[in-house]
Formats: sequence, structure tokens, C-alpha cells
Amino acid sequence: MTGMGSMIEARGLKRTYKARGKAIEAVRGIDLTVQHGEIVGFLGPNGAGKTTTLKMLCTLLEPTGGSATVAGSDLRQDSVGVRRKIGYVSQAGSTSPEAVVGEEIMSHAQFYGIDRATAKQRGQDLLASLDLSDVWGRTCGSLSGGQRRRLDIVMGLIHKPALVFLDEPSTGLDPQSRANLWTHIRKLRDELGTTVFLTTHYMDEADSLSDRILIIDNGTIVAEGTPAELKKRVSGDAITLTLRNEPDAASAAEIAGKLDGADAPVVDAHVVRLHVPDGGRALPLLLAELTRAGIDAIGVDVNRPTLDDVFLTLTGRSLRDQEI
Amino acid sequence: MYFFRDTWIVFSRSMRLSLRQPLWVLIGLLQPILYLTLFGPLLQNIAASSGFVGDAWQVFVPGLLVQLGIFGGLFVGFGIIAEWRSGVIERQLVTPASRTSIITGRTLRDVVVISVQAIVLVGAAYLLGLRVPAGALIIGLVLVALLGAAFSFISNAIGIATKSEDALAPLVNTLALPILLLSGILLPMNIAPRWLQIASDFNPFKHIVEALRAVFRGDFADPIVWIGVVLAIALVVLGAWMGSRTLSAQTK
Ligand SMILES: Nc1ncnc2c1ncn2[C@@H]1O[C@H](COP(=O)(O)OP(=O)(O)OP(=O)(O)O)[C@@H](O)[C@H]1O
Ligand SMILES: [Mg+2]
Repeated sequence: MTGMGSMIEARGLKRTYKARGKAIEAVRGIDLTVQHGEIVGFLGPNGAGKTTTLKMLCTLLEPTGGSATVAGSDLRQDSVGVRRKIGYVSQAGSTSPEAVVGEEIMSHAQFYGIDRATAKQRGQDLLASLDLSDVWGRTCGSLSGGQRRRLDIVMGLIHKPALVFLDEPSTGLDPQSRANLWTHIRKLRDELGTTVFLTTHYMDEADSLSDRILIIDNGTIVAEGTPAELKKRVSGDAITLTLRNEPDAASAAEIAGKLDGADAPVVDAHVVRLHVPDGGRALPLLLAELTRAGIDAIGVDVNRPTLDDVFLTLTGRSLRDQEI
Repeated sequence: MYFFRDTWIVFSRSMRLSLRQPLWVLIGLLQPILYLTLFGPLLQNIAASSGFVGDAWQVFVPGLLVQLGIFGGLFVGFGIIAEWRSGVIERQLVTPASRTSIITGRTLRDVVVISVQAIVLVGAAYLLGLRVPAGALIIGLVLVALLGAAFSFISNAIGIATKSEDALAPLVNTLALPILLLSGILLPMNIAPRWLQIASDFNPFKHIVEALRAVFRGDFADPIVWIGVVLAIALVVLGAWMGSRTLSAQTK
């Protein structure tokens, strides 16, 4: 048991929704452990159960089974103790459009017993660090979608929680704001020792931000490890061939499948995908074979495995297909 | 127990938001005045013939006050649905704030708004000729505040439970209509047929209106006064219980 030392310790956490007499098993008994100061990425497609898990850990939703200790307090016995120590940034927003940004921040801080001067100082610092310095006196409704998203994050961090849950924090942010947010999240951990538990369905986000990744699919955790560990699970490098037409693609798949150590190629219209242990070595061979067969490849890509590949390997489905 | 602090935080945020919409506050204030000026004269003329006991204003203003308390509270649920949608309620639920304070703070704001409207109403009625003892006015305002609190709690609870304007609107209307028709607010129940009178006896608001009318007549000793006040307090307790139950149920 590592129970005492960890920030989150959940055992058999389960949630079944009842909707119109039908039971929906959103989370099917998951175990997870998050250490102090860790940044953990919770990755999974739409409807996998990420938000449901987060809400349970935040005391917003009672689990229908299992137990958890969050930030040193038992989820069921001492939910107020949990709430005191955590911050939560919901997927769905947190401010009234008519409310003034600064007032919304200060009012939220009061619940944690923070005085107005401190709240104002912290709020303005946080806004500035997320590139929102000039919005203090504006109404929340007048902010753009991405600005409002960053305001949600400021609200969730105002009391310097030891543990923060971020539900798809970068949804709707432009690339620069995302990069900025990632920097801020890393700084939170490095400077304040904050533990971060974030959900995302962006591979690159989970990959570049997380110390450890949990992959959830259909209410169960299907894999867990550092980004590097997870990528190792995928058999080698991905080769993507683009051909002129579908018959060419079929022939190319047959040829490519005979490469040393190759897995079964997947054909998708004009595109053939497969994995080989060493892409750099296999490629010249493959191209020579194709030329000999009179097939003209119009595009070739070799990629180191991504988390998308991991997900594909584990579940047989691509994460990217489900991202709309 | 941080209940009072948390209630104050929720209250002051809500109050600030209400004051940011001065037009709505103004329209809210206008409503009772419209009733007084457009409906009052009508009643003046029929009061004598219609079976009301006492001066027309003493009969009419208590009815208006009770109506203000009921309707001022009943429609606040729409606001909390909007707040639920924007994620504010969930954000507050995840803080250590007491669950009950999250709804009580909002109800308190409604009580303040309704009380101000009641004061304006009474002031305008005074200008038009209402003459009652000061104690009666105080009891009147307290009753309005209690009713406003009860209905604000109930409306907020229904709003949070249904999270849908389309569900709240018919529910509120179905609740309001019999309350209004069987309360003797607009016409005295003693001109009603027997069965209607019996039905209205089951309507607590009839007794509350009668209590206030007794007070306005100066009959402070009439036992109906106590019945009315106790009923109003009981309604607040019921509303608060519903509100706090509903809010706790959100995390179930
Ligand atoms: N209140 C609810 N009532 C009934 N079913 C629900 C409810 N909330 C979620 N679900 C269902 O539970 C499952 C998991 O939903 P959840 O919101 O946890 O997914 P998610 O991983 O956060 O997805 P997304 O990436 O779209 O945010 C889904 O099938 C969803 O339809
Ligand atoms: Mg989600």
C-alpha cells in the first residue's frame, strides 16, 4: 500500500448513471494513484469517462462504487476536507456572462477565506501570467471563448490548491495560448509543487505535459505509464504510404506486409499504414520493392510512435477519428 | 460553521449582479405601482358592494403584498437555471462552501429585492390614501419577506432540480394559479359558493392574506394573525428544506 503518501488513491471507482430507466456505466471500477507533485494526463476519446472520473474525485458526483482518498481526505467521509485542498476547472465554464471578471474572481476566493487584497493581487498576477492582464474590469461575457477559458483556469487556481483538476483546459485555445498554458502548468508544479490531474484528448498535450499518462476507454483504464513507456508498447515506427489509387494501395500493402518484422498493414483508401521495428532501414527496401512492382508512391512518411498509435494499438480505434 | 459567511458571499455576489441590471430592478419596482394605480381604483368602487370588510385600501394592499411575496419569489428559478448553465453553481459546489448557503444566499437577495418593492408599494399606497398603524406595516413587510423567501427557495429548488426553463414555466404557473384564485387576494372568498370557500380554506395563503387584513384593520389580537405568521414561517422552513435537499442531490 502506498496510500498514505499519495495525493490521489482511488480503488474500484465506479459510476453508473441512470437515464430514462437505462443504466449507463460511465466508469467501470478504476484504480489510480497520483503522487504528490505529479502531472498526470488522463487521455481518452469522447465519452470515455474522463469528466465523470474527475467529478467523482472532486466530490461533485458520488461514486456508485469504490473508494478514494484525495489530498489526504476520504472522498465520502470528509468531502469538505477534499474541497478545501483542491481546485477544479470544469470542462463547461464557471462564470456568469453579466459578472465583472475581477468581482467574480474575488468572490470565489472568499469561499477559501482569502481576503480581498490578497485575492485581487493573486487574481491579477494569474490573469497576467495567462496573458489576460487587461480584463479585470470587463464583464465575463465580453471575453472571447479562449479568454473565458483562461479565466476559468484563473478561478480554479486562485486559492493555490495543492491539487488541481483541469478538465480539457486547452479546449478552444489558440496554439500560442496553449503553449503558454502548458508553461504555466509546469511552473505551478515546479515552483509550488502543485499536483496536476488533467484530462485531454489531445495527444501532443498529454505527451508534452504529463509525467505519466492514464489512458481511459469506455470507462476502464486501458494503459498507464510515462509517455516514453507507452510509446514503447507500440511495435516500432509508423510508415504511411500514399498511393495514386486504391488498387495500387492494395498491392503496396501486400508488398509492405512482407517487410521484416512488419505488422499487418492497414489500408484506408489510397493510404497504407503499417509499423516496422526500424523505419529508417525499412524504407529504402520498401521503395525499391514498390518500384520493381511498378507502383509509384506519391508520399511517404516515417513517424516515431505517438500516443495516438498507442491508443490505436490498445483499443483498435484511433483517437484522432473521434476528435471533431 | 461557515454557513453565515458563505451565505453572505453568495448573497453579495448575487446582489451585485442584480444591481448591475438597473432596468430589471426598476421594472420590478414598477409592477406593484401599476397594480395600485390601474387596479386599485377599480377595487375602490366595488369594495363596498363586494363584501370586503373594512376600508378598500386596507383590504386591497394586504392582498397585493402577499401577491408580491408569492410572485416575486416564484420566478427566480429562471435565474438559477441560467447560473447552472454557465457553470457557476458547480464552481461554488466544489468550494468548501456549505451547500445550503449556495441557495440561501440567492434567496436572501430575492428577499431584499422583494422587500424593497414592498416598501415602495406601501409608500405609494400611503400616498393614495392607505392609513394603517405602523405595527401593521412592519408585520406586513415581515410577511412579504417570509413569503418571498419561501417561494424563492421553492422556485430555486425546482429550477436546480429540473435545469430547464421549459419545465419550470408550466410548473410555476400551475402552482401560482390556484394559489392566487383560492386566496381571496383579488376578491373576498365570502362571496364565493360554499364548495369554493371550503377549497380555499385549504389554501394557506388565504389565511395569510386574512391575517394581514386583520392587522391592517388594527385587529392585532385576532387569532388569525398568529395562524398567518406561523403558516408563513412554516412555508419558509419547507422551502429551505427543499432547497437544501435539492442542492445536496446535485452531487448524488
Ligand atoms: N448526467 C449524465 N447522465 C447520463 N449519462 C451521462 C451523464 N454524464 C455523462 N454520461 C455518459 O457517461 C459517459 C462518460 O461521459 P464523460 O462526460 O465522463 O466522458 P468524457 O470522457 O469526459 O468525454 P468528453 O471527451 O466528451 O468530455 C458518456 O457515455 C456519457 O454519455
Ligand atoms: Mg469530458
